[in-house]
Amino acid sequence: MQVTDQKLEAAIGRMLQIGVMLAAAVVFLGGILYLRQVTGPGPDYSHFGTGVAERFRSPAEIVSYAFHGRARDIIQLGLLILIATPIARVVFAAVGFLLEKDYLYFCISLIVLAVLLYSLLHVA
Amino acid sequence: MSTPEFSLWIFLSSILAGLLGSLTGLGGGVVIVPVLTVLFHVDIHYAIGASLVSVIATSSGAAAAYVREGYSNIRIGMFLEIATTIGAIFGAWLTTRVPTHAIGIVFGVVLLYSAWAAVRVQEHAHTTTPPDALAARLRMTGTLPVPGGDPQPYAARRVPAGFSLMFLAGGLSGLLGIGSGAVKVLAMDQAMRLPFKVSTTTSNFMIGVTAAASAGIYLSRGYISPGLAMPVMLGVLGGSLAGSKILVHAQVKTLRIVFATVIVALGLEMMINSIRGVL
Repeated sequence: MQVTDQKLEAAIGRMLQIGVMLAAAVVFLGGILYLRQVTGPGPDYSHFGTGVAERFRSPAEIVSYAFHGRARDIIQLGLLILIATPIARVVFAAVGFLLEKDYLYFCISLIVLAVLLYSLLHVA
Repeated sequence: MSTPEFSLWIFLSSILAGLLGSLTGLGGGVVIVPVLTVLFHVDIHYAIGASLVSVIATSSGAAAAYVREGYSNIRIGMFLEIATTIGAIFGAWLTTRVPTHAIGIVFGVVLLYSAWAAVRVQEHAHTTTPPDALAARLRMTGTLPVPGGDPQPYAARRVPAGFSLMFLAGGLSGLLGIGSGAVKVLAMDQAMRLPFKVSTTTSNFMIGVTAAASAGIYLSRGYISPGLAMPVMLGVLGGSLAGSKILVHAQVKTLRIVFATVIVALGLEMMINSIRGVL
């Protein structure tokens, strides 16, 4: 199959759209559950302190808690899918450039991918 | 305020922010952070965390429409993303080092600049001179679709200047949780002399990747709170998708001026609050 820039961009556009719709659906589902589960006064966001609980912070923990049925864990899974979507886009582009035999831009895509993965997977 | 009530208010404000951001071309992040901090007294760290995920959603959600127009340039975008992603990581690191009121002041300045950039919108006549040596080696060329005419070739110029500005754009994105589309467009349109349409659509493509670079760090620092990010992300996404539909029919010029005024007010409020130490 002939891979052209036009086709590649169209495929990437569709992929991004699917990723966002999936993420929004998961966040929405979690949101509905969240509003049904919470009771009492609203949460206080006016003081940061040390930030959100540990289980909301690393991709591995988010995935492992997501299927326990707690609303906020499901929302966080949706947000993780959202963050992963542009990363998948770079992977997609890298493969596309490889198929086009554009090795310069294949390498450039890999550099961008390395920066993104460093940010997501490094332990602060 | 109970949680459902609070979530509903945040959701409605986010729809408005998304609408505003899409109609002015500023992006939802620039609007929602001051709304959350100034009106709802949300700590700026939670505000930029929620804003950043909504930025990823709007950028990615709009991408398909931009691709169809055929203006965005995937190579130019990818190369410049090296600068924006590294800048974004640097910016996200800075949020843990810089005091809150300093972030607020920088945010105010960016709001004022963005408002000015949204009103100004001037299209300079781009030249069809050949690309300079570096741009040619990096294959930063393309053709601009012309309705009812032959595609018009264009080429990038002054790549190092554009690259440096993109590092700045990434840094601001990571520091403030915004897409910083205004600076990205400045880098491509003014510095690299790319056609305006190419600059704006390629910028939109880049915003999601740039934001994803700081999102990982925000996540591990605990800035991304599910209870707050949920209504913000859904609202901003819905608002901006609606905005892009309205945009086709609306008188944009007047809208831009009205909304720019709102942005200026929010920017000044944010700076004043920062200086008084109540942000």
